[in-house]
Amino acid sequence: MKLAGLLVMPAGFFLSIAALVLFPASNAAARTAFVLCGLAVEALGLVVAARGHMDAQGKSRP
Amino acid sequence: MNLISPPVMSEATFVLVLASLLLAPLAIAGVALINTGFGRSRSAAQSLLGSLAIVAVAAIAFALIGASLIGTTGGAGHAFHLAGKPWNWLGAGPLFLNGLAAAPPQAQLGLLFEFLAVAFAAIIPWGSGADRLRLAAGCAVAALLGAIVFPLFTHWTWAGGWLSQLGVNFAVGSGFLDPAGAATIHVLGGLSALAVAWIAGPRRGKFPPGAFATAMPGHNAVYILFGCLLALAGWLAFNVAGAVLWMHAPLAALPVTAINTLLTASGAVAATFTVTRIRFGKPDASLCANGWLSGLVASSATAAIVSPVQSILIGLIAGVLTPLLVEVLELAASIDDPSGAIAVHAAGGLWGLIAAGALAPQPGQFIAQLAGIATLLGLVLPLVYLLFWLVNRVIPFRADPDGERLGMDLHELGGGAYPEFVIHRDDSYR
Repeated sequence: MKLAGLLVMPAGFFLSIAALVLFPASNAAARTAFVLCGLAVEALGLVVAARGHMDAQGKSRP
Repeated sequence: MNLISPPVMSEATFVLVLASLLLAPLAIAGVALINTGFGRSRSAAQSLLGSLAIVAVAAIAFALIGASLIGTTGGAGHAFHLAGKPWNWLGAGPLFLNGLAAAPPQAQLGLLFEFLAVAFAAIIPWGSGADRLRLAAGCAVAALLGAIVFPLFTHWTWAGGWLSQLGVNFAVGSGFLDPAGAATIHVLGGLSALAVAWIAGPRRGKFPPGAFATAMPGHNAVYILFGCLLALAGWLAFNVAGAVLWMHAPLAALPVTAINTLLTASGAVAATFTVTRIRFGKPDASLCANGWLSGLVASSATAAIVSPVQSILIGLIAGVLTPLLVEVLELAASIDDPSGAIAVHAAGGLWGLIAAGALAPQPGQFIAQLAGIATLLGLVLPLVYLLFWLVNRVIPFRADPDGERLGMDLHELGGGAYPEFVIHRDDSYR
């Protein structure tokens, strides 16, 4: 699960960079939205990795 | 940051930057002292010796390999073309620092800054592995950071790589801005700390089954707080030198940069003091130290860009976020980070980068900063975790249980830091 989360994170990176390539500078709103979506995907991956770490440790908090 | 060839530096500026860089190791000394204070008394000598060893290993790895991979702005590099634009992703400087003596003085100053930066970045994860990370593993981590990870990201940021060229190629502000190492030193070090904490696991007895996390306070608050004061002197030096080297700031702008550094840290410690006073009834010295440091970390991104009032606000927010994040990481995510490096360096640095993007005068700078953050989280963290995971297969990160119980000083060094004092038994090992 931790590895799955860490593999999702590069997907978010490529989404963010694709926004810069695909959208012109004049369309700043779309660029920002796509970059933020990429960061959201990375955050999701980070959360999954953190959950995976907790499961692996067998340390679910009371 | 977009300039292919940086402007020529005057003699006075050169002297000032060199003098600043000679003071910058105080920041490393401060963080080493803080890491030691946050650990246990029976691991204190191993902690400080580890800091020395890590600085040495990181510097040697950087000299032999890393400096070549960073290259210099406008120098040789590896690039591919995508969407009609060059993506410069790796430097191609001479190996083993060949020809350094003949390099322009300004390039030598930049290299000195990078040497100090890599040493600084490498000791950050050492604090997260306190009380269970083996010395050999700490050195292996430092070698990887010095030879591969730091040079790769630093080339992208400071040496004409693709992140610094986002402004030229895609009209995104002035490209990714990192005036004094908020990303290259602190976020990189903080994410490495996260990887180390994940791989090494928590200290024995930290998270007992079916109960709340055990409090394991640092053994010496004086080390921690004095380390904070030492770190301030080093941070002033880093921020002033970085503003000149990587932002090409004029001499007249440097006093404001130094003032902003102090104000950000001051705002942060004031906020943490207030938050912990409200939350616990009394201010918490350890968390206040973390707050101070997180303010300094945020200032690495913002001090050369924002106004003094904005610096105070940035510090206040950093100071509120840090104690909350320390608690969330420990209680909700089961991450045992004795020095708080993840909250202080990773989160503080990310906050500084966001604030710099939001407050910079250039249009589009916010997107550039977000692209840099996306690179750190989406590319650097998985890379660091993968490399550390591989190293852990060869050089186990964690000391054996008996060594952890004895303390890292006795286990690894054969003697303690305080031989004339009784080391108290720890209830968590019963």
